[in-house]
Amino acid sequence: MKSNGFHHALTFCKETCVGCSHCMKVCPTQAIRVHNGKAELMPNRCIDCGECYRVCPVDAIKVEQDDFDFIFNYKYRVALVPGVLLGQLSEEINPRQIYSVLMELGFTHVCEAETGAEILKHAMENYVSKNPDIRPLISAFCPAIVRLIQVKFPSLVNHIIPMKPPLDIAGLYYQELLKKQGVNEDEIGLFYITPCAAKIAAIKSPVGEVKSVINGVINMDFAFNKVLTTIKQSKSPSCFVPSDSYLSPQAILWSLTTGESSNMPGRSLAIDGINNVIEFLEELENEEVSNIDFLELRSCDESCAGGILTSTNRFFTAERLRNRAKSANRKPDKTEVGMEIRDFNDYLVDHLKIEKIEPRSMLKLDENIKGALEKMKKVNELMEILPYVDCGICGSPTCQSLAEDIVREEAEVSRCIFIQRILEQKGTFTQQESIDVMKEIWGEKKLDKDLK
Amino acid sequence: MHMHFEVEGGNFSRAGYASSEIKKVLKKLNVNAQTIKRIVVSSYEAEVNIVAHARKGKISATIDNDKIVLQCNDEGPGIPDIEKAMQQGFSTASSEVREMGFGAGMGLPNIKNNADKLEINSEVGKGTNVKITIALSSETN
Ligand code: SF4
Ligand code: SF4
Ligand code: SF4
Repeated sequence: MKSNGFHHALTFCKETCVGCSHCMKVCPTQAIRVHNGKAELMPNRCIDCGECYRVCPVDAIKVEQDDFDFIFNYKYRVALVPGVLLGQLSEEINPRQIYSVLMELGFTHVCEAETGAEILKHAMENYVSKNPDIRPLISAFCPAIVRLIQVKFPSLVNHIIPMKPPLDIAGLYYQELLKKQGVNEDEIGLFYITPCAAKIAAIKSPVGEVKSVINGVINMDFAFNKVLTTIKQSKSPSCFVPSDSYLSPQAILWSLTTGESSNMPGRSLAIDGINNVIEFLEELENEEVSNIDFLELRSCDESCAGGILTSTNRFFTAERLRNRAKSANRKPDKTEVGMEIRDFNDYLVDHLKIEKIEPRSMLKLDENIKGALEKMKKVNELMEILPYVDCGICGSPTCQSLAEDIVREEAEVSRCIFIQRILEQKGTFTQQESIDVMKEIWGEKKLDKDLK
Repeated sequence: MHMHFEVEGGNFSRAGYASSEIKKVLKKLNVNAQTIKRIVVSSYEAEVNIVAHARKGKISATIDNDKIVLQCNDEGPGIPDIEKAMQQGFSTASSEVREMGFGAGMGLPNIKNNADKLEINSEVGKGTNVKITIALSSETN
């Protein structure tokens, strides 16, 4: 299992893992195997969607996080706050209260991550009209989807609009704003409060860029708990409380389902939930889909309101953001906070492009067709004898994936319990041998029980 | 490597099954993404043609190191004038079929644009044989 440079924000904690295989069964890219009673990740397949994290019963899957004190390496510490953090807290809690808690924690500035959504919207509209030959064009907003397309639908990579998400634009904007005030670039730390692992992975090893403008991440569940505890204990902040900022309704809704698609010209479609997205991309790849100009695809159900690091009901979060958008439906005052981004419009438009997104197919059995054909022949032969039960007891998620693991020389056919019984019947396999194989997959513990 | 599919006339909910299965195999063979696209377009069009026009048919795919050959045989009305059928926009599909978004007359011309070699044999009242050959190359990255 070699890595090919993908950075993953999810790690599997071997001490905590009880080898229940729940994660293996839900992984949409079949990136997990069980070995020695522990879940293992195939790094070149994982897309950091976090479906595994949602189902682990013992919290053995961790989302990497920067040490909070890391922010103090910078003199100017900007918190980039996505709308879904605000949307998780009751409407009685004013955004300014939330900002003030963040400043109390040590940030010197707070900026909403969706600031700049308008600039992106215009740039995307432009891109859609300038590239009439590629249809549909797909938003690059959700990093789990970008990686999904790279590994599983490589023929569609050129459909992705090569532009940074609003977060990076907000980051670039704040950097420029502070620089204009005379601050040195290396004194500025930009920290994103993330609702998901995919955004972390995208920041640590961005696709189509050498280095992200964002310096670090704070997990949203951490920030949520801090904010709520401070407010519940009704400690009034001693710090400076920033004034309210203006965000347009479109920007507020950007990270929710239809947040992008409702703004795009032509015929567009919004799809959320990783399995729904996969089903749709299969059809798209088969050329069964036509006359769609723009696709908004999001890995989580209810988009970022359903991110794995969110803490409250995703439907309430979405409702609150919709209410907020309604009340933001007014003409902004030109002097309001958030309006100065317009002064940086040209700079930001110049910097929002990313390089070509490369395919990184995980499905190939071999680099060249000849070798792959031979391997496929072996896979098919194995499928003749495997039982099509997909029970996962072999430590691979399906019979097909076991067959491919065998051909890749990462497993043996005797891992299948049905094969073990067949071999035992034939007298070529002893009971002890089959116990040894099971121990190798599921660990000593599971087979070492004292039954009375 | 050989694959074989039965195609049922009039069953649009299953149209695309054969192309989908062929696509899965090509991805595992690390065939260049643009080539996969051309193959999938061709086989999908051929499959829909059978579903739309014929009682039933068969699609077989033979893959070797350097090419794929798709054989699409149907028991259907046949094509009286192949040259005419090859023209963009010409279609014999019934209005019902057209309403479902199929049969816009793109089928054969679209296959021709995507195939390296296209051979059509047809006998009116009996059926049509379409043979599509496309060269394969590995993904280069
Ligand atoms: S993050 Fe998603 S792709 Fe990665 S291992 Fe978990 S479920 Fe699989
Ligand atoms: S879900 Fe996966 S990581 Fe969690 S305990 Fe089960 S096997 Fe281990
Ligand atoms: S939908 Fe939002 S929260 Fe979920 S993976 Fe994508 S970017 Fe992250």
